Amino acid sequence: MNNHPMQPAVEFRNISKHFGAVKANTDVNFTIAKGSIHGLVGENGAGKSTLMSILYGYYKADGGEILLDGHVQPIRNSQEAIRLGIGMVHQHFMLVENMTVLDNVMLGSEGGFKLSAHRAATEAKLREICTRYKLDVDPLATIHDLSVGAQQRVEILKQIYRSANILILDEPTAVLTAQETASLFEILRLFKDQGKTIVLITHKLQEILDITDTVTVMRGGRVIGAVPTAGTTKEELANMMVGRPIENNLPRAPYNPGAPVLHVESLQLQDDQQVKLLRDIGFTLRAGEIVAIAGVSGNGQSELMEILSGMRLPTSGKIAFLGKDLPYGKGHDADGLPRTFRELGIAHIPEDRLRNGVVKNFSVMHNTILGYQDKLKNRWGLFNFKAIAARCADLMKTFDVRPANGDLRIGLLSGGNQQKVVIAREVLAQPKLMLVGQPTRGVDIGTIESIHKQLLALRDSGVAILLVSVELEEVRALADRILVMCGGVITGELKIEEFDTTRIGLLMGGMHKS
Amino acid sequence: MNNNDLPRWATAFVLPVLNLLSAMLVAALVIYLLGESPSESLGILVNSAILNPEGLSYTLFYASTFIFTGLSVSIAMQAGLFNIGSEGQMYIGGLGLTLAMLAFDSSLPGWALIPVAIGGAALFGGLWALLPGYLQAKRGSHIVVTTIMFNFIAASLMNFIIVKYLIPAGQESTSSRAFADIGAMPRLNTWFPILGETPLNVSFLLAIVALAIYGVMVWRSSWGFKLRATGLNQHAAHYAGIRISKMIITVMLISGALAGLGSVNSIMGSTHYLSMNFVGGAGFVGIAIALMGRQHPVGIFLSAVLFGALIQGGFDLSLEKPNIPTETFIFIQGLIILFCGAMENFYAPAISAMLKRRKG
Repeated sequence: MNNHPMQPAVEFRNISKHFGAVKANTDVNFTIAKGSIHGLVGENGAGKSTLMSILYGYYKADGGEILLDGHVQPIRNSQEAIRLGIGMVHQHFMLVENMTVLDNVMLGSEGGFKLSAHRAATEAKLREICTRYKLDVDPLATIHDLSVGAQQRVEILKQIYRSANILILDEPTAVLTAQETASLFEILRLFKDQGKTIVLITHKLQEILDITDTVTVMRGGRVIGAVPTAGTTKEELANMMVGRPIENNLPRAPYNPGAPVLHVESLQLQDDQQVKLLRDIGFTLRAGEIVAIAGVSGNGQSELMEILSGMRLPTSGKIAFLGKDLPYGKGHDADGLPRTFRELGIAHIPEDRLRNGVVKNFSVMHNTILGYQDKLKNRWGLFNFKAIAARCADLMKTFDVRPANGDLRIGLLSGGNQQKVVIAREVLAQPKLMLVGQPTRGVDIGTIESIHKQLLALRDSGVAILLVSVELEEVRALADRILVMCGGVITGELKIEEFDTTRIGLLMGGMHKS
Repeated sequence: MNNNDLPRWATAFVLPVLNLLSAMLVAALVIYLLGESPSESLGILVNSAILNPEGLSYTLFYASTFIFTGLSVSIAMQAGLFNIGSEGQMYIGGLGLTLAMLAFDSSLPGWALIPVAIGGAALFGGLWALLPGYLQAKRGSHIVVTTIMFNFIAASLMNFIIVKYLIPAGQESTSSRAFADIGAMPRLNTWFPILGETPLNVSFLLAIVALAIYGVMVWRSSWGFKLRATGLNQHAAHYAGIRISKMIITVMLISGALAGLGSVNSIMGSTHYLSMNFVGGAGFVGIAIALMGRQHPVGIFLSAVLFGALIQGGFDLSLEKPNIPTETFIFIQGLIILFCGAMENFYAPAISAMLKRRKG
């Protein structure tokens, strides 16, 4: 940054963007210095993504202008943004899985009819870029053989190849292990040293402190503040994001686990292609404790939760709930099994809320009885909607669901409020065992706090909780014990007092034996 | 663009009306090109299908069958299943009805015979849909493919059965013997002489009852909740402990039974014998009705009446206007399916934009 003293690469002037009645951006003003790493933080719906989409040419701003290198520059579409040297790495990668790295990079810039000549030139150029930026990527590897971290490097490689000078990264570390994150940051620093500009959108405040030079905080579509990273703290940023102080250490009763609720022994799972998804899983979960399963997503945690909730059959193994084997039966599919498990006292907050947890086109009220529909019918099989509506109103009040209108389609609620409905529904069932998958994914900070409080209260009341989370912050905030999973295997167990990001990161990467 | 952005009054009322008007506009253009006056034709149509009591009676007679096939398609749609097989299910349902009649019309009294025959229609229609339902639930064979094939199988099978077993010796037409008079559905003109000599019968009342039961079951019962959850999000339905394969098989059984019940009006209300191809496309009209009526009881009723009116009015229209052939009805039906089904949300973006502009 010292080489380029505050020369602006991008300047937003009075950017406004409305979607119907929703004001996504209102009078956004700030400057991103050339050759700097600029953090952009804010809760969901704060307007970060909208703003970046305007910069990348996806949306047209209703008002205001964008200056690139000091000149007013209309950006009409993303092709124009790419031509102007703006590159974007999306949270969900835009890669063709069964093509090579090289082909993915060439996609969209094939350079003429004869592919082979251009391919050789591109490959040479890619190798050169890889060396210069220390990007460890084989241009001839196929995408689906690469780890998530490597796939992300391909996305970055693609942007550099297209000579991006301004690189926007949207939540780049959400899917990375601690080690992968560290190596990504190495790459970003190199990028910065070459005089390029980086915009980092993230909700992980530690990362902001670790790598950015300046940070802009947004809330409700407005810029709340832009501060140099050196002079700020996590607490200050969190306060700016939420508009009120956030409690860091939530109160909890002393750790005093009761009788075993769930006992899993040598659990195995194979898919139809005989691929082993879970191997020799074994652990015990007691009443009144939260056991968290940490790990990068896709390492068997989801499958484990599906088996424990009755949504999927295990291949073999012993699973006891309150001393009795769970009734997986002799059927060849798990059709209807979740109902049996629910009746035994197992509640489940699924990690993919929109896929499993709610029916998007049902009202909030209908979603509050999903899974419990047969408990609420009269002897004619009909619902008493008056009672259900009252129950729903009660629930929305207790769990602070906003807007408190049970007739609204749940798809219209924000992710956080949808999640509150799911949690409320499962808590109201008064389970003995609560399976919780990614409870705060896509949920804003203020709501995270209230969800964490609810889970801790549930623990204090003697419920056994199995939590799957990829957020180490969340694991640290909630867990009594931590299991780490990698490649379908439990690679380690820690008590909360032994919490150590580096060690967990190594276990998450499968390095438990070395 | 997603019509979920629109308020309910727009999707339930404005969109169908706009779609219908568009279909009518194209139809009017064609009638104009045929050398007839669209407005005059519409006048004839409305007069003979709605205003004239005898015509209205015919309209409702046709609608009685359509309500059942519309319900058949609708209830399967609630579970996310596109049952194209109502045509064949109604055809086979007619066989069940006829077998019951042929077996019992000389031994049972009318009050027992009619319910038994109705039961036969529902049973056979249901069973004909059961196999596609089972294949979908247990083997993942797509319901559209299997039900459409079952239509062809039903047609061939019925050909065989009627020709080989049901045509009485010495009869030339391809149909079964006529049933005894006690097997006829009571006609409504017994109580309302104004309806004239028309076949409108008690089936119409049964259809109304079926609509009401459908409405209560789908929206007010726990079973309907599970049905709709399965249709809207199968993953969430599985999570909620709903037995999806059982749900699919059950709903196909009901869907087929409803289609089978469509034959009660056609056979017991009018012809009193089973004839080849008596269904005549009523099952396919059911698809249009389910789409246009948005699977809602009131919508199904209105669409069924509309299609009944088109048949009745179209028939009179072709009599009075020699330039307009009887096939015009099929053509208009096609237009309605095009605008209300395939282009269902054609006007949604425009309405959505208009509403946004008004809100500012």
